[in-house]
Amino acid sequence: MEQSHTLVLLVEDHPGVLNRVVSLMRRRSFNIDSITVGHSEQPGISRMTIQLRGEAADVEQAGKQLYKLLEVIKVVDLSPNEAVIRELVLVKVAAKGAVRAEVVQTASIYGAKVLDATPSSLMIEMVGREDEIESFLAMMRVYGIREMVRSGRVALARVAPAKRGHVDRITDTPYAVAD
Amino acid sequence: MVAVESRSLTGEVPAQSPIQTRPEILSGAQIVCRSLEEEGVTTVFGYPGGAVIPLYDALPPTNLHHVLTRFEQWAGMAAIGYARVTGEVGVCIATSGPGATNLVTALADAMLDSVPLVAITGQVMQGLIGRDGFQEVDITGITLPVTKHNYLIRRPEDIASTLKEAFYLARSGRPGPVLVDIPKDVFIAKAPYTYPETTGRKSYQPNLVPNMRQVRLAAEMINSAKRPLIMAGHGIILSGAEAAFRDFTEKAGIPVIFTLLGLGALDEGHPLSLGMMGMHGHRAANRALDECDLLVNFGARFDDRATGNLSGFAPNAKVIHVDIDPAEIGKNVPTDVPVVGDAGEALKLLTPEVKSRDHTGWRNWIEGQHNRVLRAALEDRPEWPEPFSIIKTISEVTDHEAVITTDVGQHQMWAAQHFGVRHGHRWITSGGLGTMGFGLPSAIGAKMGRPDLEVWTICGDGGFQMSGNEMATAVQEGLDINIAIINNGYLGMVRQWQDLFHARNYSEVEISAPNFVKFAEAFGATGIRVTRHEEIRPAIERARSIKGPVLIDFVVEPEANVYPMVAPGASNSDMIQDPQWSPSPEDV
Repeated sequence: MEQSHTLVLLVEDHPGVLNRVVSLMRRRSFNIDSITVGHSEQPGISRMTIQLRGEAADVEQAGKQLYKLLEVIKVVDLSPNEAVIRELVLVKVAAKGAVRAEVVQTASIYGAKVLDATPSSLMIEMVGREDEIESFLAMMRVYGIREMVRSGRVALARVAPAKRGHVDRITDTPYAVAD
Repeated sequence: MVAVESRSLTGEVPAQSPIQTRPEILSGAQIVCRSLEEEGVTTVFGYPGGAVIPLYDALPPTNLHHVLTRFEQWAGMAAIGYARVTGEVGVCIATSGPGATNLVTALADAMLDSVPLVAITGQVMQGLIGRDGFQEVDITGITLPVTKHNYLIRRPEDIASTLKEAFYLARSGRPGPVLVDIPKDVFIAKAPYTYPETTGRKSYQPNLVPNMRQVRLAAEMINSAKRPLIMAGHGIILSGAEAAFRDFTEKAGIPVIFTLLGLGALDEGHPLSLGMMGMHGHRAANRALDECDLLVNFGARFDDRATGNLSGFAPNAKVIHVDIDPAEIGKNVPTDVPVVGDAGEALKLLTPEVKSRDHTGWRNWIEGQHNRVLRAALEDRPEWPEPFSIIKTISEVTDHEAVITTDVGQHQMWAAQHFGVRHGHRWITSGGLGTMGFGLPSAIGAKMGRPDLEVWTICGDGGFQMSGNEMATAVQEGLDINIAIINNGYLGMVRQWQDLFHARNYSEVEISAPNFVKFAEAFGATGIRVTRHEEIRPAIERARSIKGPVLIDFVVEPEANVYPMVAPGASNSDMIQDPQWSPSPEDV
């Protein structure tokens, strides 16, 4: 069954690493829903968070192949139960006259912040789980979304490192012995 | 390295004084040559061009022997042939742009067949990179999926450490091709040279020694199996573990089938050997797969040409998979016990854990599965100089000791079926990529790597016409190689598929050829033509006695097919047998 996965990669911070990772996902025919790259807590190591859909076995195989890339240090397939996964969205919502107060009030239900205003619109920031963001956006669509940007998932495991559901390079322990 | 010695006032070197050294200042090109020498490279294959002129400028004073091929792709294949007979890293050089793109097929070939290869390509001056300079291509971008890793070097100071790492990557773990792209100005610029003694990246740690818990699980499974079978792959040969493998199979008493690249992992004359498996495998090998209750795969990746339709592959067997590359475990075939590690290391741990067995009943059953009618017919030696006799005669005359390289197609399968490979590193064929034209250049590389061994290449008339110009290279190097062309006037394997699966629609498979005898003579080599069965042996013997390259044009039956054959998409149990030699139903 196809499911949404959150792959977290620790990679060496070199030019071309993103290209290698993405190229491998393309070869395996994965459609990447989102990808974020940034610094990690260790100097010289970047952290990638890739959101994709796929069969568990295919994602595991992709993880094993990602390990073959020289710059990839660690790959973890984060299960939603073991991780905090968040996304940030910025929306510019049409908000004129009487509607304006209503938009601000609706945003506050979601804990969203108004960042900027023009006479005809408000720019609102919301951080949350994907389902919360979807719900928030559904509400904002009522008023009219003029422009929007989503950061894609960022995620941290609650306990580090994740014990289950991850692909690791330790010789053969991650593969359960069938039967 | 020039030693700057600290001298005493008398001008003598003090006996106990540490000799201080200051790094030499060398050009990038000189650093490349020095680094290659540090890595033990003696032979490189290549083709000069604009961006690598500075590198070729630095070559003559070195001890590196450069083999000038007639096409960069064949420089790559020659380096592959060299690497596969020696077990060392093969090195090829090409210029930027078309030179570099011509290497791509060789890199892909080395990638799929796990061949240690370092390719050095020139790149345009750094100021022109990304500006569509003359002969500029983004070769690191192009070769991303067909290399184990690749580099673009920006400073001459980085050359030595990058090449150190490139060679380490190419030969360690699961071997593979590494490309190093060097801009022309980096070849010219100077830098202090010291060769690093070690290299290592925390993100690259090949799994060499397997987990003992997994080894014990494997041993238990082997000890309790009633009808075990071993599938021997290239990993055994890459690991240099042929002797350890023979000891293991003899102790455990388990019959062995081979992948195309696994041939040579165990002497095919060994009583436990059943020959090649898969699409053109021997009947007994594929029958054993159907019946076995345990399949132990050593160093093969369950390629589709070996497994056939996965749903019918070894249907009754549990699977143990020994592989150095964890990404191969479970990729194609569900695995019961994975053992991740080097084949040699795994055998070292596994052999003491398995019990001595002889599995007589099981082996007798397999023995009964050989197609005796076919065997007898082949032994009859019909009048036509047919491929079986040619390959058998080459193997008999050379006592199975020759290095055999092949091209790709019917002749390759006939050779794989009938040569009887005795040792690792002597059977050189393009397995994963199936690169036509591979035969002659890989034979050139093989002869350069092992001049002490007799080298034969078995080609088809189609494949030979792809790389036949390399006759010039063989003549220029004065190489004693023998070329056997199995000439049927067709692109035989495609014709066979059209025959069996496309209603004999022979579309674009009839191929004319030059007069191969005159062709050889035009290059200054020797050509021999064989049209009758009784000429086979004298021609082969004559070829062996002549210095320099000898080409034998064996004119064979145009429409002979390779049997047995498993149709594409079918299971290995559904073998198509030669209708001529399987007259009774029980032989099909």
